[in-house]
Amino acid sequence: MRSSSGLVVRYALLALVNALAVYALMALGDLGMWKGFTAVLVATVAIDAVYASGRFVPMKYLLPGLILLLVYQVYVVFYTGAVALTNSSEFNQGTQERAVNVILAQNERRVEDSPQYRLTVLDKDGELAFLVTDPEGEVFVGTADEPLEEVDDATLDDSGKAVALDGYTTLPYADLIGARAREITAYRVPFSEDAGDGSLKTQDATNAYVYEPTAVYDEAAGTITRDGVVYTADEDTGYFVGPDGAELTPGWKVNVGLANFTRILTNDDIRGPFAKILVWTIVFAFLAVALSFALGLFTAIALNDPRMRFRRLYRSLLLMPYAIPAIISAGVFKGMLNTQFGFVNEVLLLGADLDWLGDPWLAKVSLVLVNLWLGYPYMFLVATGALQAIPSDVVEAATVDGAGPWNVFRHIKMPYILVATAPLLIASFAFNFNNYTLVAALTNGGPPMTGAEVSAGHTDILITFVYELAFGGEQALYGFASAISILIFLFVGVISVIGFRQTKRFEEMS
Amino acid sequence: MRRTSVKATTKAAALLAAVGMFAAGCGSSSDGNGSDSASNPGGESSAPAATGTITVWADETRTPIISEIGKTFTDEKGVTVKVVQKDFGTLKDEFTTQAPSGKGPDILIGAHDWIGALVESGGIAPVELGDKAAEFQDVAVEAFTYDGQTYGLPYAVENIALIRNTDLAPEAPASWDDMVATGKQLVADKKAKLPIAIQQDPTNGDPYHLFPLQQSFGSSIFATSPEGGYDASQLTIGDQNGIEFAQWLSDAAKNGVINPNVSYDIATGEFAKGRVPYIITGPWALAAFDEGGINYSVEEIPSPGGEPAVPFVGVQGLMVSAHSENAVAANDFVLNYLGTEEAQQKLFEVGGRPSAMTSVFEQSKDDPIYEGFGTVGANGVPQPNIPAMDAVWAEWGKTEMAIIKGGDPAKLWKNMTAKIQKTIDGS
Repeated sequence: MRSSSGLVVRYALLALVNALAVYALMALGDLGMWKGFTAVLVATVAIDAVYASGRFVPMKYLLPGLILLLVYQVYVVFYTGAVALTNSSEFNQGTQERAVNVILAQNERRVEDSPQYRLTVLDKDGELAFLVTDPEGEVFVGTADEPLEEVDDATLDDSGKAVALDGYTTLPYADLIGARAREITAYRVPFSEDAGDGSLKTQDATNAYVYEPTAVYDEAAGTITRDGVVYTADEDTGYFVGPDGAELTPGWKVNVGLANFTRILTNDDIRGPFAKILVWTIVFAFLAVALSFALGLFTAIALNDPRMRFRRLYRSLLLMPYAIPAIISAGVFKGMLNTQFGFVNEVLLLGADLDWLGDPWLAKVSLVLVNLWLGYPYMFLVATGALQAIPSDVVEAATVDGAGPWNVFRHIKMPYILVATAPLLIASFAFNFNNYTLVAALTNGGPPMTGAEVSAGHTDILITFVYELAFGGEQALYGFASAISILIFLFVGVISVIGFRQTKRFEEMS
Repeated sequence: MRRTSVKATTKAAALLAAVGMFAAGCGSSSDGNGSDSASNPGGESSAPAATGTITVWADETRTPIISEIGKTFTDEKGVTVKVVQKDFGTLKDEFTTQAPSGKGPDILIGAHDWIGALVESGGIAPVELGDKAAEFQDVAVEAFTYDGQTYGLPYAVENIALIRNTDLAPEAPASWDDMVATGKQLVADKKAKLPIAIQQDPTNGDPYHLFPLQQSFGSSIFATSPEGGYDASQLTIGDQNGIEFAQWLSDAAKNGVINPNVSYDIATGEFAKGRVPYIITGPWALAAFDEGGINYSVEEIPSPGGEPAVPFVGVQGLMVSAHSENAVAANDFVLNYLGTEEAQQKLFEVGGRPSAMTSVFEQSKDDPIYEGFGTVGANGVPQPNIPAMDAVWAEWGKTEMAIIKGGDPAKLWKNMTAKIQKTIDGS
């Protein structure tokens, strides 16, 4: 029998979880986010079922991880996958209907030299009317159906602006907010019987101007005609496209199937520098892991020796690079590597003239070295932990059997360390494979490859290269970027799987 | 300069995190109608009851002023103005990703070179300045015009100019060569460390600070279209004038006039220590010079290429979201409350940049600093606001840096033009 205090704590926690869930459900329901609503509901029911009853003991341990896995991994991957199948981009976000509305609104032009009218918005039986005063003090009234007509019995304020008219109610400001705001800004009062004279519209309900549309939408034909040019809705690209291929913006979101993937795989511009960049990415990620592991392990062994004094102090100091955010370190290094004024050339190398960040090879060296500085404290921590976990009797037994320090390290300690750290090394490889922050902050991919057809640099890794492709152009291409993320995800995934297989062999060996 | 966009995946994660926060923030969060600090005081009997809220995204500098003017708006119109402080650098991307889902503001402050992308993504709505347009500097209104429509109410104009240390170089330079000669003489006499400081990033270059010199060769990025504004379909950077500039840049670098290692910190730091006679920079660097006790003047950049060396002008302003559900109140607040001389004066005082409103700028001209920057800016060209410009910056800067570091100017320049064209065509 479990203690009663344990039960109390368990139910108190469950109650808390349920209370939070109810709040979240109410908030989500309020916002109309029904997918999120269902997800939270299912998760809460599952939590209650598992923890309130005593029947699913293994699940008690698995559930939190499972929920986090679903939320932060599975959902994100599927969401990215869904976006990758669309043309989603900065200019293609909403529906076609919204695109049409925006295009029409952007293509109304104020009639040149037309006056500014002071406006009062009126209401008659729920219908709007515009009461306007022109610069000469003449007063007109009009509605959507009846063009402007002069009136002389309007009530004027001190400035001569008409503010009320018999038979109409002047809308109080409170009515200009919310639902009616859209109605008012969409309202058009024809200037005259002739539609070609344009119509009055307002944005702030204080002034009105005469506008004429330069674009017309034909819903039946699915076309927009602007300045005499006909643009036809293209459901494949999500734009209204003109005869010369020009597109009206914004467009809308459509499914494009695998087009984003084929674009990556078949585009010559991307394929050109791709091989070079892929090789460098792998080399960079490998060197980043290998060098930082080597240095981290070396310092860990040195500081693990009991004869070493001030070990704690050294260990704390070693953690410094790890504690400083990479983006700041990269900025500092960028300054230190300045050819003429930098600390490295000026002081360390006594006035050398090495172009650390501008020469293709030196830039690569700089990147690896700065990454080493940032990465080895982590490896030091990991290796220290692994070293201390080695059973001392095994080491002693080997020593008694006559093994020297090198053989003890080579055949006893190293296998132990590798088994413990191999998964972390693989994770570190995956991290450095996508180490956007460091490359962007230190070299930004430069110096540029001069022969390349697209923007690519000698220190670009895959992620910085494709970031520029997806986000460096006229607009951010979310669908294309998602497709790239999925490919990189698959690539890193395959490397990790191979890596973990190798690790298994280590374990069998030891 | 470069935008950093939030990936769709991050957005999804953020959404889920938001769900969590809803749960965690139980009880303390507002109801979306915002019972914020800027809410209706309600003490005044004449004030109508608060019936709605408009949200403004502003940066740290302008948040207090806009909140203050927002209180007047609340008192007079009964609409609560909620000002949310945002980081200027990420504001545009946040707006682009959040506005379509209804989480954006009604009004945002921003730089004019964002508007092309914001218009083409359908994020912002036209703002009709009406007769008010005449109260603003031409360059400011032009900057906020896209495809024949205005999309914002400008408030500040920002640009670079030549700043001269009047102790080291008492005379305004008669020409570019005169300036270089004076600078070199001072270096030779050990009175200065650099003849002139034009900041460069050792990897990314700095096309913004070199542009006035490029412009003096008659080189532009895009052709201007007949209706005004730039035409993205006509990239002109690669023309003969551009190549001439590239050649000049190469020579100037060999001559030691343009130094690839003079970063912003070094350029402004050395000037603030009185070790550089001339620097091309903007008003943001002045505080450091004042601290260093430097006597300086602000003036036009001498032309190395024959035509006037005018800088890009950046204009800041207020824009209205096309997703706003309260467009009437948002436009009313922007045009009739933030567009007044009084409000513009306040925005000028906190911002410390020449005002976009002509009357406010004229009053500030008593101060030679504002007069200097403002006069140079009034003759400047608006930095292109078309989205294609995003495809230009990075490659442009890297190429200039490669030329400064001794690369073949004509070859690099042509290669850059081809790459930029590819990027524009590709997206």
